[in-house]
Amino acid sequence: MTDVLRLENLSKAFGAVIVADQLSFAVATGEAVGVIGPNGAGKTSMFNLITGTLRPDSGHVHFNGRNITATDAAQRSRSGMARSFQVPQPFSGLTVFENAMVAATQAAGLRGHKAEQHCLSILEQTELLNKANVMAGGLTLLERKRLELTRALCARPHLLLLDEIAGGLTDAECGSLINTIKSIHRNGVTIIWIEHVVHALLAVVDRLLVINFGQKIAEGNPQAIMQSPQVQEIYLGIDADA
Amino acid sequence: MNNTPLQVSRGSRASVTAMFIGLIILAILIAAPWWAGRADMRLMGELFLYLSLASLWNLMAGYAGLVSVGQQAYVGFGGYVLFALTIFAGVHPAVALLGAGVLAALVAIPVATLVFRLRGAYFAIGTWVVAEVFRLSFAQVSSLGGGSGTSLPTSVIKSMASGRQAREWMSYWMALALAVVVITSVFFFLRSRKGLALSAIRDNELAAASLGINIWRTKFLVYVVTAALTAMVGALIFLQKLRISPDAAFSVNDWTAFVIFIVVIGGIGSLEGPIIGTLVFFALRETLADLGTVYLIALGSVAIVVMLKAPQGLWGIIRARWDLQLFPLGYRVHPPSVKK
Repeated sequence: MTDVLRLENLSKAFGAVIVADQLSFAVATGEAVGVIGPNGAGKTSMFNLITGTLRPDSGHVHFNGRNITATDAAQRSRSGMARSFQVPQPFSGLTVFENAMVAATQAAGLRGHKAEQHCLSILEQTELLNKANVMAGGLTLLERKRLELTRALCARPHLLLLDEIAGGLTDAECGSLINTIKSIHRNGVTIIWIEHVVHALLAVVDRLLVINFGQKIAEGNPQAIMQSPQVQEIYLGIDADA
Repeated sequence: MNNTPLQVSRGSRASVTAMFIGLIILAILIAAPWWAGRADMRLMGELFLYLSLASLWNLMAGYAGLVSVGQQAYVGFGGYVLFALTIFAGVHPAVALLGAGVLAALVAIPVATLVFRLRGAYFAIGTWVVAEVFRLSFAQVSSLGGGSGTSLPTSVIKSMASGRQAREWMSYWMALALAVVVITSVFFFLRSRKGLALSAIRDNELAAASLGINIWRTKFLVYVVTAALTAMVGALIFLQKLRISPDAAFSVNDWTAFVIFIVVIGGIGSLEGPIIGTLVFFALRETLADLGTVYLIALGSVAIVVMLKAPQGLWGIIRARWDLQLFPLGYRVHPPSVKK
């Protein structure tokens, strides 16, 4: 199996705050990897480093066998990487369909009728089709999260990065989201998913990565990882916070 | 994937109607020499020029997020280039107009790389400084009258058209043509793939960059094209005035402050906004200008009230109430049966 993504000794600090500390790991083609860790552990920063929103102080990012450390977020997106933001970032003055079209035309490079059909089929999959003509600024938080997923999928990624997409959903909504993500994964898209809703994560991922203080502290089989005392301690801590 | 029965269209009934009415109005305006007086034509000519400036500033500030208060740099540059080309090179004014656009684009390239290093308020001030540098530079050119300016020689004026009436008709039509060119270019640009990217940048730069949009290059393109068209408007403004001086050519009040007023009250970030704004501005000016200072106080008050009560401008109110779009920029998803 070849690696889609490989991080090599990635480090990043904002003054005294270290968000990534010699972070190294690889994700194989077709894999679904879950990322957990307490708030402020550096999970979203890791996504920012992978997608090019942040530049590392040292270390390298390899994507599809190429060293992409020097490229910017737009180039990485066009080369097949897409993300959903933890805090939704809609294009509020555009409709839901137009939001999708931005991803299809700019990131995936589709044109005309092809782009439109692609967006329609993704909107159907993410259950936003009935909101297609609604301004994104007028969506509920839930719909905004769905729009994040929609846009990422319209970009036709090889690698999909999901950042806390299940937070705040009801059980039923969470169930349908899990099904959607499973079917995306079945279609061959590699997924890295940051999530606090652990049962949702465990339903999808093959492997779990635990991050704290910008360091990888555990990695491996999801069930085994969740049983480990180190992780239990972290997660009991989070439960107490929440 | 193609079994979904929905269809996507870009126009709406309102936009088709709007285009039809727009074409009728355009035909009436083209025929103005046969129904309007000289003073009215002069006023309308000026209105078209302001409409062009406002549409261009709106493209830059409202879509690309480039809030420049230095567009007078290109208005004045265009005016001076027209004077220089017609006086020294003996070029026909219409050709000099195009020359002003091309030269402004070339000048805008290094200026953009410089001012794009600044963000937000710093960018705004930076563009103003650049405009002042332009003004001071042109004031040094003694062959163009230095600080006191110069007039267009009669030989150049005569080369446009033989009689005075023909000249006035010509400059009216040129102003109208330029406004049509500016608005249609802005429209087709915004409707294109690049335009969708620009609308995305307007709304959210972080998400735009994450979806493959090269923000710097898109803004750069907008800045350079806007500079070229603004310079052509400037050239036409001073071709009509027949006289140019550094203070008039690079006036921040005339070519930027009023233009910002127009765009803000009309509705920034929409194509319709500058059109409504221009009409409101000229209506206020024609009814209140005799009052002197009170006129400027009134303008300021209107701007403040609109900004407080309707941050999206007058067009924003209309759009929110009737979900109207006169220029078909967007996409509409609908079942085939509902297709207009």
